[in-house]
Amino acid sequence: MKLKDVLSPLRVWERAAKKPMTIKDPINDRPGAVNYRGFHKNDFSKCIGCGSCEEICQNDAIDLVPVEGQETVEGDSGLRPMIDYGRCCWCALCVDVCPTGALTMSNEYTWIADNPEDYRFVPGADKTAWQDSEKGYTRSPDIQILDYERVDMQELEPEERDKSFIEIVKGYNKEQAMKEAERCLECGLCIATCPAHMDIPGYIAAIRDDDIDNALRILYETNPMPEICGRICTHKCETVCALHNNGDPLAIRWLKRYIVDQVPADKYSEILGTDHLEDEVLNRKVAIIGAGPAGLSAAYYLAIMGYKTKVYEALPDPGGMVRYGIPEYRLPYDQIDKDIDYIRSLGVEIQFNTRVGTDITLEELHGSYDAVFAGTGLHLGRSTRVPGADNKRVYFATDLLREVTLGNEIDVAENIVVIGGGNVAMDITRTLARLQNLKYGKVQVLATCLEAEDIMPADVEEVVEAREENAVIDPGWGPKEIEIRDGKVYGLHVVKCLSVFDENGRFSPKFDEDQKKFFKADMVVESIGQGMDLSYLSEGIKSDLKFSPRGRIEVDDSFQSSLQWLFVGGDIIQGPDVIHGIANGYIAAKGIDTYLNKK
Amino acid sequence: MSNLSESKYRGYEADRSKYPRMENGKPVIDLESHMYTKLWQGPQHPGVTGNMAVELIVNGDEIVDAKTHMGYLHRAFEKLMERRRYIQCFPLVCRICVPEPDTNEYCVSAAMEDLAGIQVPERALWLRTLNLEMSRIGSYLMWLGGQAGSLGMGAIGQWTIGMRDFWLDLFEEMTGGRVYHMYMIPGGVRKTLPEGFRDRARELIVTTRKLLYDVENTFLSNAIIKSRLQGLGVISPEMVDEYGIVGPNARASGMEHDIRINNPYVKYGELDVKMLTSTVGDAYARAELRYRDLHQSLDLVTEILNRIPQDGPIQADMPNLLNWKIPAGQTYVKAESTRGEHGFYMVSDGSDKPRRVFARGASYTHAISVLEELAVNISISDLAGLMVSLHTCPPEIER
Repeated sequence: MKLKDVLSPLRVWERAAKKPMTIKDPINDRPGAVNYRGFHKNDFSKCIGCGSCEEICQNDAIDLVPVEGQETVEGDSGLRPMIDYGRCCWCALCVDVCPTGALTMSNEYTWIADNPEDYRFVPGADKTAWQDSEKGYTRSPDIQILDYERVDMQELEPEERDKSFIEIVKGYNKEQAMKEAERCLECGLCIATCPAHMDIPGYIAAIRDDDIDNALRILYETNPMPEICGRICTHKCETVCALHNNGDPLAIRWLKRYIVDQVPADKYSEILGTDHLEDEVLNRKVAIIGAGPAGLSAAYYLAIMGYKTKVYEALPDPGGMVRYGIPEYRLPYDQIDKDIDYIRSLGVEIQFNTRVGTDITLEELHGSYDAVFAGTGLHLGRSTRVPGADNKRVYFATDLLREVTLGNEIDVAENIVVIGGGNVAMDITRTLARLQNLKYGKVQVLATCLEAEDIMPADVEEVVEAREENAVIDPGWGPKEIEIRDGKVYGLHVVKCLSVFDENGRFSPKFDEDQKKFFKADMVVESIGQGMDLSYLSEGIKSDLKFSPRGRIEVDDSFQSSLQWLFVGGDIIQGPDVIHGIANGYIAAKGIDTYLNKK
Repeated sequence: MSNLSESKYRGYEADRSKYPRMENGKPVIDLESHMYTKLWQGPQHPGVTGNMAVELIVNGDEIVDAKTHMGYLHRAFEKLMERRRYIQCFPLVCRICVPEPDTNEYCVSAAMEDLAGIQVPERALWLRTLNLEMSRIGSYLMWLGGQAGSLGMGAIGQWTIGMRDFWLDLFEEMTGGRVYHMYMIPGGVRKTLPEGFRDRARELIVTTRKLLYDVENTFLSNAIIKSRLQGLGVISPEMVDEYGIVGPNARASGMEHDIRINNPYVKYGELDVKMLTSTVGDAYARAELRYRDLHQSLDLVTEILNRIPQDGPIQADMPNLLNWKIPAGQTYVKAESTRGEHGFYMVSDGSDKPRRVFARGASYTHAISVLEELAVNISISDLAGLMVSLHTCPPEIER
């Protein structure tokens, strides 16, 4: 034993004279770190009720519950997370995963409540002591639990595409599709928003599992035109995608296209189990007017249910606006045929070049069929009615697009102005640019519209691609007059448009007459919307039908009109777009089935 | 300082001459003879390092036989992970060891990254190294208090646990959590260092060294402590191999094995980690070695703080972790915890959940086979000191 070892421990007394290191009142004197994982807060103005917090919680501590005052709207489930502090382990993965950054934590250390029920609460709705605390754990911008970056889509370069109508988008390969499908967080906000309520997370999960057959079956449950929708759907699902709050939305449309592109047409009936459909045909007949998305969708589901269906189509090929309104570079005709040929293979008969109202009357159809579905679409152009709009070199976009599809030659001018800022305006602009390129070797087409660039109704990529193809887009101008010299179009006078809608959101454009511009042109195309042609309704039927104040046929939830045998859907009721047409057709088919079963 | 030849107790070859009769290597104890008493130390006992129990047969106050009993703390972490997606495993594993959770976090993340072929960015590796080394400091401080407390020196326990709390303050700033840090996410770490962190850490290192100076004077250089720890629980070099003893327990018996040096991970390969060993192998040698290792950890934290890059990503480019599937395969990832080799064996079947996870804690050997052997022939009053000197942590035995 050393003397040092006996004496040295006595130095412990030195500490008695030292100032203590510890903090006297830590709760009050030492607040939590700025970053501390304390108690949950939820900013309802950001929360979309996507449920990713519930999904990632390994303790099942989070439940999405309805909360008073929160409505279900597009892109918001209306549900909010309820947290059970009997289960929570404060790992804050829910905070890290939250795509909107709504869920955060305060930096409080302690909380005591008398009632055990208080420990299960809805942050943001239930009053908490820490709800206004500014400090605490938040989602770090440096890490990501979800993948916010979309897999790039391969497209033709502008110089490869500006002289032809070859499809621009190349589609995903398997590796790309699986990588993109992995990004889905399965919140289901897309299902609620899709007019057809397609099981989007379901088919995306099937892509991840590389089970294309199952994916195809899921698609056909609610949508018999996936090749078409996989290319040109307005993809409202992507607009509400939870990932869109912090990055790129999931490429749902391209993933749908990937599924159908993998399956050859001759495998459809086997995969979808429709190879023995003819054995189950009922003795009931339904007539359908118009072989567009709505009509064909109704025909498909009626055929699946065993009804004999016949479609009457005025034009020589099926597809309606999908074929005659959308250029081939966005939607190739063979892909339209792939979808429609499969529908026809189920026994759906289409009679072409037959316009109801002239070649056959609606009354005759009513006489020969148990029910009729009309999905006749919006094929009439709308005019700006500015002076000079009645000149023969002033066209409607829908007419020109139809002529292109029919293969008829168009007298393309060297200098063209398009009025309109929607997707149809972009379609005709880009179509004319291609035709100019083929005819003159250069592009001189300009599109102008009322809306400023940031509120243009056309998809952003359409505008970008149009510019890549050398078309000029000059938004924010209102047409004033088409100047005619010697009976020929000379150009378009425009004035600055200051606003398009009034404070109530109604269409009421305001102009600054002092800011003027002149676009020289020898041909003007109007693309400011389309109208419906209901001339096939005879006076007798018209008088029995109920119309809305805006001139639309009134229908109930199953798209049944006030004439019980007549169902109406598609662009003339909702939309206008493909997916509404398909959804209407599906619901109407079920409505027709219910109606005929009751009859 | 004593050496092996002078030691009072011979750990490896326990002196069982007092036993009446041996059968199958175990004594046949007749409790009815009133020569022996059965005594349970734990599971609720201040000298036990967690929820475990040692069933003792004593003759007077001398232990004649010891049996370790587990099962008071079983939370089925390994099984739970089979039912959870990979990302959901990460908040679970830190709970396998309370004083030093980060080794678990590192191992499970590194195992996933290894299976998925993910390269962790440089800055994240440095932050992980810092986190791991800080957690070793926290663990050693807790152990130091425990070792002193188990021998009746409660004051030192107060000092070091108090100091550990200041380290937990740093963890709180860095990770958002005090005890369970949940910092190392697959692919990297969750947060960068907050402003002023480096300065506060450097200050704390200075304060800690001051405290350690006091601890050295009162605890290590203490005649009573020396008389109780020297010669207690001697582990011979042969025993190290035979029992699979690791960490400071092995190094104190002359075995040169430290995973930070032998199989460098994160950034340890770029740091100057010294192999600290002793040849004595008793409880005092282990205590002294841990004390030196604690000083080395403080040196390492200083060095790491100087070398962490200021910029750069802290997470690799990861897929959506909610749907993360890892290619089929198996891996074993290990790290040096304060108790020795800590490892995770992970099997993936290609799905989004691990097929099998095995957590290897150093305490399995130390608290069961080694303790049962070393406890024989010592006094009941020394048992707690012996257990702490092996630095056993029951939660990592029961995963």
